[in-house]
Amino acid sequence: MKSLGSIRRDFAPWNDPNAKPYIQFDNVTKKFGDFIAVNNLSLTIFEREFFALLGASGCGKSTLLRMLAGFEEPTAGRILLDGQDLRGIPPYRRPVNMMFQSYALFPHMTVENNIAFGLKQEGMPKPDIEKRVAEMLKLVKLEQFAKRKPHQLSGGQRQRVALARSVAKRPKVLLLDEPLGALDKKLREETQFELMDLQQELGLTFVVVTHDQEEAMTMADRIAIMDKGEVMQVATPAEVYEAPTSRFVAHFVGNVNMFEGKVAERAANTTRITGATGAQIVVENGGNTAAGADIVFAIRPEKIKVSSKKPADAVNALEGEVYDVAYLGDMTVYHIRLDDGQMVRASAMNASRVSEDPLTWNDRAWVSFRPDAGVVLAR
Amino acid sequence: MSSAATAETTSPAADAAKSPLARLGSAFVNRLVIIVPYLWLLFFFLIPFVIVFKISLSTTAIAMPPYTPVLDFSGGISGFFGQLKQLGVDNYTWLTEDALYFNAYVTSLIIAAISTVLTLIVGYPIAYGMARAPATIRPTLLMLVILPFWTSFLIRVYAWIGILKPEGLLNQLLLATGVISQPLIILNTYTAIFIGIVYSYLPFMVLPLYSSLEKMDYSLIEAAKDLGCPPTSAFWKITFPLSLPGVIAGCLLVFIPAVGEFVIPDLLGGSQTLMIGKTLWNEFFANRDWPVSSAVAVILLLLLIVPIMLFQQAQARAQEQGR
Repeated sequence: MKSLGSIRRDFAPWNDPNAKPYIQFDNVTKKFGDFIAVNNLSLTIFEREFFALLGASGCGKSTLLRMLAGFEEPTAGRILLDGQDLRGIPPYRRPVNMMFQSYALFPHMTVENNIAFGLKQEGMPKPDIEKRVAEMLKLVKLEQFAKRKPHQLSGGQRQRVALARSVAKRPKVLLLDEPLGALDKKLREETQFELMDLQQELGLTFVVVTHDQEEAMTMADRIAIMDKGEVMQVATPAEVYEAPTSRFVAHFVGNVNMFEGKVAERAANTTRITGATGAQIVVENGGNTAAGADIVFAIRPEKIKVSSKKPADAVNALEGEVYDVAYLGDMTVYHIRLDDGQMVRASAMNASRVSEDPLTWNDRAWVSFRPDAGVVLAR
Repeated sequence: MSSAATAETTSPAADAAKSPLARLGSAFVNRLVIIVPYLWLLFFFLIPFVIVFKISLSTTAIAMPPYTPVLDFSGGISGFFGQLKQLGVDNYTWLTEDALYFNAYVTSLIIAAISTVLTLIVGYPIAYGMARAPATIRPTLLMLVILPFWTSFLIRVYAWIGILKPEGLLNQLLLATGVISQPLIILNTYTAIFIGIVYSYLPFMVLPLYSSLEKMDYSLIEAAKDLGCPPTSAFWKITFPLSLPGVIAGCLLVFIPAVGEFVIPDLLGGSQTLMIGKTLWNEFFANRDWPVSSAVAVILLLLLIVPIMLFQQAQARAQEQGR
């Protein structure tokens, strides 16, 4: 069975027409004065989904999260959670909890009391609170730090306290605002997997806001890519990467080469594209573009093969010169200047220690790719 | 080659010869920097205090100055020691024998305590409002709080007489608007003292409160709400405890000077009100009894040492927390 990307996902309620949406944004608009933070946005999130809102700062992703938490009310439209309209419900009565970017740990309370805070508000009996707090401390592996104050903890430990505090009440939805933003790279990577395990273990719905595409790709079941208060695409990480629906998304996630051109010919399965400078490209997935349409052909660097001779069986092969090479260990990145002037970025995994076809600066080189390696996008 | 070698060997030697001196010099400078505040305290606090203390142990005399000299070497060393023997705690015993002093101390402490609480009640909302105001107008608000300091304290207290007296501005306003039919008697009562202290010391309360509230991360309140805490409860559980260093600092900055306050009870409290600052003034200027008034001052200082030390401790703790 073929699928986009290398992961087979068995959890995919978004493909099931009978699945009931858990969180629904219906034509939600949020204005701050004249500034439109969220523009007529509709979005559906399913139960137990790990959903990521990805975008540059100021794209409205945090506003979306804050509206879900109840800190902001939509200017127009409505938000439903499990069928209930959230309008007018203050944050302290919503069955959602948020993990703040700054963690917002109460500095005058011990780790224990921070975690117990929400439970006490609920009026949970004391023995139950103690049991739940112990459980949470174990979950985030901070048992021996229960009596510490936040300022006596490291950044990573604080992050885990914040996490424990926000899941202690067993919210219907956990909102995470840049949960890993303050951690260093190594810790961030470890924590990404911890968060995924935690979500599986607790069976909660997670909505995470991030500007880090790698973070979103690693953790999320689906990603909503946002720009200027609008959702550009909602899809699985593989779809977002392998089948972006717009230039913006293709550019935003990962590296990409763009060939501007026209559809020269459309057949049942193949589309022939003439590049702006005359290059001929044949692709299998031409989308619904008609002959003569102005399009962009987008192709990821790792889908492009670089060789010193023209590969005999290649459908698409373009000639150029090695402009730059960078050896990164696990892979090598080439910048090839095609003879028509276009720069192409290609990357090759160094699957073996010895290269059969080494290239250097200013070598003549061929770039080649399969007809299904890229996507055709509207210009 | 050889010259280079000698240069190499001599230069460390020269360094070694020079550096202890230089080190000594810089150590001296470092020491000096630390010494300055101590010298300040020595000359402007400790020595005057010792003098006051010495006067409080001597007896009154019809002389200039009006007490038996404390350090009189005219009788030689033995004469000096003979005079030392004359020093006694009589003045302190006197303070305990006359209920006036005890009452004045207690009343002062009570008035200061009540005024401190009133100042806190008035000052907290002001500080809170300032801290939550848009960052652009905060400097202006801060300026407005400090602005009264540009006018003399004495004049500002005098102005209150004009406001509070039976035919004053307040009564005129209330009579004109029909709220009251008889002028209120506020001047020369304890109420006037409270008004005067709250008004005069408000900035000392607002500023430390503001600085601790302004530092507070607003996301803490959002976090509390998010965890199910309604706004009022969030205030008492998060905002207020976190502003405690400011509350303590503000309260002590008001309480300590208010205990010994003289101008406000004298101008606004009239002759009926009793406060230790006024008693001290009377003792000093009306009775010309320097030794007794010195004893009054020493006791007052001892009374205030407790809150001052509490203040120091609170400051130290706040600093440690902020680390």
